[in-house]
Amino acid sequence: MSSVAAIDPRHAAGQRLRERIFRGATLAAALLVLTLLGGVAVSLTRGAWPAFSHFKLAFLTREIWNPVTDQYGALAPVYGTLVTSLIAMAVAIPISFGIAVFLTELAPVWLKRPVGIAIELLAAVPSIIFGIWGLFVLAPILQRHVQPWLIEWLGPLPGIGRLFQGPPFGIGVLTAGVVLAIMVIPFISAVMRDVFETVPDVLKESGYGLGATTWEVIWKVVVPHSRVGMVGGVMLGLGRALGETMAVTFVIGNAHRVSSSLLAPGTTISASIANEFTEAVGDLYTSSLVALGALLFLITFTVIASARFMLLRLDRRALSSV
Amino acid sequence: MSRRAVRKFTNALALALSGLATALGLAFLGAILWTLIKNGLAGISTTVFTAMTPPPGGSGGLLNAIYGSAAMTLIGILIGAPIGMLAGTYLAEYGRTTRISAVIRFVNDVLLSAPSIIVGLFIYEVLVVRMGHFSAIAGAVALAVIAMPVTVRTTEDMLNLVPQGMKDASTAMGAYPWRTITNIIYPAARSGIVTGLLLAVARISGETAPLLFTALNNQFWSTDLGAPMANLPVVIFQFALSPYKNWQQLAWSGALLITLAILILSISARLIVSTLTPGGKR
Repeated sequence: MSSVAAIDPRHAAGQRLRERIFRGATLAAALLVLTLLGGVAVSLTRGAWPAFSHFKLAFLTREIWNPVTDQYGALAPVYGTLVTSLIAMAVAIPISFGIAVFLTELAPVWLKRPVGIAIELLAAVPSIIFGIWGLFVLAPILQRHVQPWLIEWLGPLPGIGRLFQGPPFGIGVLTAGVVLAIMVIPFISAVMRDVFETVPDVLKESGYGLGATTWEVIWKVVVPHSRVGMVGGVMLGLGRALGETMAVTFVIGNAHRVSSSLLAPGTTISASIANEFTEAVGDLYTSSLVALGALLFLITFTVIASARFMLLRLDRRALSSV
Repeated sequence: MSRRAVRKFTNALALALSGLATALGLAFLGAILWTLIKNGLAGISTTVFTAMTPPPGGSGGLLNAIYGSAAMTLIGILIGAPIGMLAGTYLAEYGRTTRISAVIRFVNDVLLSAPSIIVGLFIYEVLVVRMGHFSAIAGAVALAVIAMPVTVRTTEDMLNLVPQGMKDASTAMGAYPWRTITNIIYPAARSGIVTGLLLAVARISGETAPLLFTALNNQFWSTDLGAPMANLPVVIFQFALSPYKNWQQLAWSGALLITLAILILSISARLIVSTLTPGGKR
């Protein structure tokens, strides 16, 4: 047993030192991720402070946005952000659900992968491309074929008729919502597909064994089992839609006003920032735009964090049921 | 109609609608690609790659914008990816089960879906305001902030795929964790990590919002990282909304170029992954 290699103490010390350096570097990088989010919150709050302290809470409730008189209110962009995202969700949720159902329950095996990848590629297309396509292709189509129809048939109705008033501009709140819908479909359908795949086969087979149709198995077994994950996916898509910038900037028309008609031009928080930030002169103007950014950060952070929280619970449940 | 017939009809209708939804999703992708090819191809010539962005009405190309996009994407990845890989390594190896890792994972997921214009504002506040002017380096840092969470996530996922037995074998040989990680785990997860890098490049090379008020734009050739620099997305934004025909044409050509580059990156990333997983092998 004399052939055991002697351990060189200097070598061992060198190894320990490298271990400490490497471990420290990975920990430092991980902590940097943590501080980044805090840094964003702090710097936005600091930049927004002049606007908030000048306008106080009225900043949130005023519609006025006038660089000449230096009066700013966030109502129009916040309203536009919420309405465009709601339209996007109304359009995207059913389509994403259909895609997820098709990919998990209907498509033959050879078709699953190519179709799945094609939908994922839609998510890889940069948002500016959606913007330029929305402005030059989608908006004219909506203007010529969809909006006149909406104005003629839904416009005279009491109640919802107010949403479809005015001339068909093509660009506007509705068009922005539709473009956003197309952009978030890949995200929502990808999450829905993934949660549908976590449903144990035994549950589905029990449904079929009782004589249920494919749709009944989906609606009464798969959907109830994946409810939390589905809501998480929708919230994730909502987070995207709320903060999306370039695609909206192209098609919304950039008008700082609150209009009851969905066909009218409007603006969103991100579109206002993208359009006006480099041209903003004066501290109050710049600060008001940063304040809009801070509001957006607050809204999206809440939505994304709750989405991630729901998906987190899902992961744990999926793991425990395996 | 009997109850059975109603059920069968509902089933057929629902399934047909789901097929229709999928067709619609694919049609959007097809329509966007078709528009880009139809409008963009007409303007693609050697001038696009050899000339600078033109003044209104003049002729020119996109050389400075292509260079700027490539340079800022490259620097962004060089800053963001190593930090992201180290953080991912911590999450997957050293701190796999610690409480702080759970928090970091959560924060990283939030950063992953945070609006990119917020990142632009953040970099404007911390870099552009301090430096006193717009600069290419500020643009690159903004892109790095976007690339980082992507690499953290993919690195962690890929390292977790490496079999525990390999790690244990290395540890049993007396290797310190750093040696196991750099000599055993990284090589084993190499193609997965490369995939993550490709996806990160694809993600940041089309980003417009974070560059609008960090790198700004530049009509002329510039390699000065301390000065504003032209880049494809912002040029597309500016040119597409202009009333000048030659600018609009260049915007379409730029849009085609950037989309093709990103789709090629994304598809090759997926091809690498499919050779990794047994199910993807032909």
